[in-house]
Amino acid sequence: MKSLLTSSALAAGMYVAVSATTVSSAEAADLTLCWAAWDPANALVELSKDFEAKSGNTMRFEFVPWPNFADRMLNELNSGGKLCDLLIGDSQWIGGAAENGQYVKLNDFFDKEGIKMDDFIPATVVGYAEWPKNTPNYWAMPAFGDVVGWTYRKDWFARPELQAEFKQKYGRDLAVPRNWAELTDIAEFFQGREIDGKKVYGAAIYTERGSEGITMGATNALYSYGFKYDNPEKPYELEGFVNSPGAVAGLEAYKKLYDCCTPPGHSDAYMTEDVDAYKSGQVALQMNFTFTWPGINADANVGGDKSGYFPNPAGPDGVQFAQLGGQGISVVAASEKQAEALAYIKWFSQPEIQQKWWKFGGYSALRAVVEDPSFASSQPYAKPFLDSMAIVKDFWAEPSYASLLQASQKRFHDYVVANQGTAKDALDGLVKDWTAVFEDEGKY
Amino acid sequence: MLQSPIDRIASATPPAVAARVKGLSDRAIAWLFVAPSIVLLLAINIFPLIWTIRLSFTNFRVNRPNAQVEFVGLRNYINILTDSDIWLSMQATAHFLIWTIVLQVLIGFSLAYLINKKFRGNDLWTTIIVLPMMLSPAVVGNFWTFLYQPQIGLFNYVVGFLTGSDPSSFSMIANTSLAPWAIIIVDTWMWTPFVMLICLAGLRSIPPSIYEAAECDRASKWRQFWTITIPMVLPFLMLAVLFRGIENFKMFDLVVQLTGGGPGSITELTSINLKRAAFEQWRTGYASAYAVILFVTVFGLASIYVKALNKVKQR
Repeated sequence: MKSLLTSSALAAGMYVAVSATTVSSAEAADLTLCWAAWDPANALVELSKDFEAKSGNTMRFEFVPWPNFADRMLNELNSGGKLCDLLIGDSQWIGGAAENGQYVKLNDFFDKEGIKMDDFIPATVVGYAEWPKNTPNYWAMPAFGDVVGWTYRKDWFARPELQAEFKQKYGRDLAVPRNWAELTDIAEFFQGREIDGKKVYGAAIYTERGSEGITMGATNALYSYGFKYDNPEKPYELEGFVNSPGAVAGLEAYKKLYDCCTPPGHSDAYMTEDVDAYKSGQVALQMNFTFTWPGINADANVGGDKSGYFPNPAGPDGVQFAQLGGQGISVVAASEKQAEALAYIKWFSQPEIQQKWWKFGGYSALRAVVEDPSFASSQPYAKPFLDSMAIVKDFWAEPSYASLLQASQKRFHDYVVANQGTAKDALDGLVKDWTAVFEDEGKY
Repeated sequence: MLQSPIDRIASATPPAVAARVKGLSDRAIAWLFVAPSIVLLLAINIFPLIWTIRLSFTNFRVNRPNAQVEFVGLRNYINILTDSDIWLSMQATAHFLIWTIVLQVLIGFSLAYLINKKFRGNDLWTTIIVLPMMLSPAVVGNFWTFLYQPQIGLFNYVVGFLTGSDPSSFSMIANTSLAPWAIIIVDTWMWTPFVMLICLAGLRSIPPSIYEAAECDRASKWRQFWTITIPMVLPFLMLAVLFRGIENFKMFDLVVQLTGGGPGSITELTSINLKRAAFEQWRTGYASAYAVILFVTVFGLASIYVKALNKVKQR
């Protein structure tokens, strides 16, 4: 009997202890931050240790590989899931998340904490934080500036024999291209060439079909050739802007680059595939988001002086734009730990933390960091990054962005990779698809 | 005195429970046992089906919780059935379905016929042949992308070796003519063993006495094959075709891993198309109508087929 009493008391004691632990851990806010699984996410884990030490909160991270990131996170938001307290979501999600009440509006918080959007790179504020665009309604704080740019094999460009051959063939130096025509020439020059006993190819570009790859790639050519999403004077008027002669020429230029100068089998490539092609020494040029640049710079095979970086080149008329990437950090409306999540954003906004963020490999969007005189020379890719951020343009951020994106993915891939129809057909089809989406949205 | 298990259970039943159960008829007890299964079936199969049919007549979007849901009648169904892209997707599915079934039946039956013969290492070969179907389709799709890789892929190397062409001169996945065959080859590689096993079961169910009687009647091997083997294996073969047909009609994971539906939309099967509408574009009402159309198609075809199968069995 005594032993029974003793064991019952022990069991009760253990139950109380376990319950107390559960309660105390619930009180000591375990914050979960959701983001894509990529190099900057690892840098953020390191950076966040400072927040944990200062706040006493524990940070947990949910990182999802890029091809599944949108599916996974939008499912989470749409179902009112409580997995994420903080979400570093893609710029295009902002419209839907704002209109459907999935993000917490941050205006009052910014005012209270003295966080000013003027302190961030303007393009990142418009791209990552505002909805509706160009209005002071903030749903995120710019967290990671990113844009599509180019990497090139500086060591190959510097070879005298290649320099001479290129000059003889094209009548100019083998150097960073100023426009898309020059870029294609360079890619063509390297395509199938043997360098150090290895067959190499011209360029690794975005061609992925499943998520957003080919759209994030082709738009770089389209923008620089004159493509516009709609009539600047009359929103949602697409005819003559999406399928303008310039836009058609831009899509043709992208297809030409794909046909002439990509490695064999490069038909479903996005960020990872492009990095792999470049780091393995297969290609002379690589299109990719600038987040890949620190990794390339540090790479044993192609890093350091072997690689150079440049912004997306201009089109035939000197117009120059690049596809915006990057994300803002938001507080998820379904979270029960909004106060702690806001405290994280407050901590993250501090200039010294942003400075550290850049040092760890995260692209800060804070002007105090990027406008510091030492910034441009701090890394070989710092200046090309700044130059690229000055020419950004983003895809639709409408609540219906997913339908708009799926339409462009299909139209671009059908034409560029699957050889179906002409560029004009593809863009006319895109006008039709996008018009149907906007009609459905009641925009007309 | 030794008690039977039933007596022991009866005596162990608490009197209160026994009293409650005492008045129940056999039929009521049967319902009591079946009820949990029926409730589960209603909850996870029938209710979602009815809900899907209801949603298919609306403009509901799951990512717009604040938007008003409107009844749109047959609009979703009309939009789907008049969309040329959906018909292309149906064609791609039909091409995939027909060719995978033809190849799997031919190769599967041939392998079963060979394996059915007694020879040394018979069991080992059977085990080796069935290995592919034990793998996860996602894994199979992923590693075949490497086999199809033009520069380092084994498939291209073998084709290059046999034909003398440059292995990197063609890409099974990037070429619009080859990509539909790329997914057929992988599915055939993976699922032929399944058809083989079913055929093997059919072959082994044929009594040797029938062949012995045919031998006595001096029937040739060829005649025995067509008049004994094929008719007796046919119900099994038809069952294999039914299983593979249903599976391949809803094929998703393997093809997504292999081609993502590309190049362009050449290998975008209906299941991939449906997933895009439902979980990328979030057109829930539209996707529900699409799902209902596919369900009716596969259910209708399967019902006709099962009737034919029963007729063959009765012969």
